[in-house]
Amino acid sequence: MENISSLTIAQVRDGLREKKFSATELAGQALRFAEAENSKTNGYLTFSPELATATAKVVDEKIARGEDPGLLAGVPIGVKDVISTKGVRTTCASRMLEHYIPPYDATAVERLKAAGALIIGKANCDEFAMGSSNENSAFGPVRNPVALDRVPGGSSGGSAAVVAQGTAVASLGSDTGGSIRQPASFCGVVGVTPTYGRISRYGLVAFASSLDHIGPFARNVSDAATVLEAIAGRDELDATSAFAPVDDYQTEMRKPVKGMKIGIPKEYFEGLAAETGDKIHAGLDVLRKLGCEVKEVSLPHTPYAISTYYIICTAEASSNLARYDGVRYTARAEASTLGEMYARTRDSFFGMECKRRIMLGTYVLSHGYYDAYYLKAQKVRSLIAADYSNALKEVDALVAPVSPFPAFKLGEKIADPMQMYLSDIYTITGDLAGIPCMSVPCGVTPEGLPVGMQIFAGHFQESTMFRLAYAFEQAGGVA
Amino acid sequence: MEFSKDDVRKIAKLANLELNDDEVSRMAHDMAEVLTHMEQLAGLDTSNVEPMAQVLFEASPTASLRADVVRDRTILGTADALRNSALSGAGHFKVPRVIER
Repeated sequence: MENISSLTIAQVRDGLREKKFSATELAGQALRFAEAENSKTNGYLTFSPELATATAKVVDEKIARGEDPGLLAGVPIGVKDVISTKGVRTTCASRMLEHYIPPYDATAVERLKAAGALIIGKANCDEFAMGSSNENSAFGPVRNPVALDRVPGGSSGGSAAVVAQGTAVASLGSDTGGSIRQPASFCGVVGVTPTYGRISRYGLVAFASSLDHIGPFARNVSDAATVLEAIAGRDELDATSAFAPVDDYQTEMRKPVKGMKIGIPKEYFEGLAAETGDKIHAGLDVLRKLGCEVKEVSLPHTPYAISTYYIICTAEASSNLARYDGVRYTARAEASTLGEMYARTRDSFFGMECKRRIMLGTYVLSHGYYDAYYLKAQKVRSLIAADYSNALKEVDALVAPVSPFPAFKLGEKIADPMQMYLSDIYTITGDLAGIPCMSVPCGVTPEGLPVGMQIFAGHFQESTMFRLAYAFEQAGGVA
Repeated sequence: MEFSKDDVRKIAKLANLELNDDEVSRMAHDMAEVLTHMEQLAGLDTSNVEPMAQVLFEASPTASLRADVVRDRTILGTADALRNSALSGAGHFKVPRVIER
């Protein structure tokens, strides 16, 4: 039986069909391998052998009956620990939910199961998805499998690491300000943030509801597209999920890219580390050779993005995290009055980054400051979205770096929250505009650290994005 | 921008957080730094711009509504709802006494 660390979704499908292995055998091997390797990276917080084995049994029975076992049949998958899994501990990497066992599945998880995916465990992350390095997990940081002394990126660092390490074929992460693309870039895998509303947020523990997206990680573009296809689409349980039809990505992404117009936002190439810039320019050369027309465009409100994002996301976080009060979710501090119980519980069980964001959010929403901060940020968000809309009238897609620099060392930025926030400059605008964006591997630095190339497309134009990424990958990308 | 320890304590109270002295000092520094950065927005003219609170797409008038029918999947029984609570009893969440005799 093949080593799970190198299997693709297509190879799993072929292996099952050709009876090289059963889904039950695959589940067993995947779990053993993931549990044995986890001490290196701390990528998983919880393993779910019963769930994986039960789904594998269903897949094997369907195959035995000659039925279609599903798009993701037998595929070992990790799920970020902010996405609810019925009966499987979901902690959000927080002491606040250390013992929480959801009584229901997120829609994305329900669809993974229906597609035959084997959910083998819950992936580590920054607490409540707040962070850019995965150092804010209450259960210890994740280490980058490419360089163990470096961060995997955040907040979906565990989801990126398990795919890069080969302990899952694919995984789900969540992205509020770049939390899928940045760790994908740092770990050298594909990470996709689909259009806001493309995947239901039902069962995704809320951080900033107007910005939160669920999306896939995979080792290649085709696998990422397959996972998206399996879980995308309207869900009645999330009123913000979109009615837009889901394309046949496998067909669409194989269309030629010759003649496609690509915009390079000039603001995304200022302050870029030379080692990253070199790779992105080499990536653009590959796209030119494939027949794409590359031209410079401008997204003039980019310099305002960090401020806008951190006002909106902290405001929404302060509201969403108000539910953790000691009453419903396991954690409760000793207190004699209700008010004391709320305050002590929240102080005892939230980590520092969560407290910082709750405080900032409470401040920007408070009386006398709402107009100056929150309302102002919502208006600038309109300007940032309009920048993309205008640029995408001129070109089919935009290409940019994901991060100003490759993976940094553990502990390097954790003491300076503002520096950490500034590292999200190239990813947060995509979330503010709600457009699809992804990171595709674009070579490694002389130190051997992966660099990701970011691709943006218009709302619901994931096919365009995949088409460009797939052609780039098939052409060999950048060394 | 200045952000005093008293400012921190006031916001902490609004946020239902009981911060210790070390946390108050650190928060005063961090909030001042971040809010100073955020003040750059004040220099941008947005007088004719509509705020964007949510990404919205064109759809039918009742796009966000579903049929008013009970779905088994969304029904959470009392036992399930209480299972994760810190303290429960008699079908309720139990909290410290809020009404004195």
